[in-house]
Amino acid sequence: MLLNQFLLLGALLFAVGVYGVLARRNGVMVLMSIELMLNAVNLNLVAFGLQHDVVSGQVFALFIIAVAAAEVGVGLAIVLLLYRNRKSIAVDEFDLMKG
Amino acid sequence: MVAQNIAFGIIAAITVAAALGMVTTRNIVHAALFLVAVLGGLAANYVLLTAEFIATTQVLVYIGAVMVLFLFGIMLTRAPIGRIPQMTGATWPVAALSALALGGITVYALIDRFGTDSLATDNTVFRTADVSDSVFSQYIIPFEAVSVLLLAALIGAVVLARRD
Repeated sequence: MLLNQFLLLGALLFAVGVYGVLARRNGVMVLMSIELMLNAVNLNLVAFGLQHDVVSGQVFALFIIAVAAAEVGVGLAIVLLLYRNRKSIAVDEFDLMKG
Repeated sequence: MVAQNIAFGIIAAITVAAALGMVTTRNIVHAALFLVAVLGGLAANYVLLTAEFIATTQVLVYIGAVMVLFLFGIMLTRAPIGRIPQMTGATWPVAALSALALGGITVYALIDRFGTDSLATDNTVFRTADVSDSVFSQYIIPFEAVSVLLLAALIGAVVLARRD
């Protein structure tokens, strides 16, 4: 197996996640795309950990999984609050900062 | 070695196809199910990389817990279950261009730097005991910080989502 096949898969998934974050209107879909990007980074960490013979790659992947779980909990609470206050979670409708 | 490459090819094809399906489908519940396929494919990749504990954690935390959270989010925000015509905003061409540029540059840089370096599969296979030894010795401070972070996120989510 090549090192690059895992890194390229990670890069492709990250790019797909970036498209999802920028293009999707639904707030929950934006959070899902962020999860996709975090997972793509995890794959890189584990692959480099194996390549360089260190266990730190796996440890950092575990930390990222924990942080992603915390992030999705708070993120969904914020989306829920937005829905309750504005009856919509379309992210392009929140332009209160526009002058 | 050949069997591993064939397995990787199948898993990678499924993962990328499911990821593309996730960001293009008009049905939000289908998008959540596509995300399950992506996360499962990544768990299989971790097994290929001899990181079986990460693979187990991925299945337990992501496919088990986070996906339920997402489905609750979809349900509680009363998202229409069928096809939604306006799932992508008007900025999608710019988004596609940015993603293509980022992906292209990253792929070029990776091929330029790592080329056909083969994965060092004869290295130490880290067992779960090695991972836990590292977490509870070298990385004990970050581990405790993650505990506090999870507590803070828990309290924050409750405070944000409760009705007064």
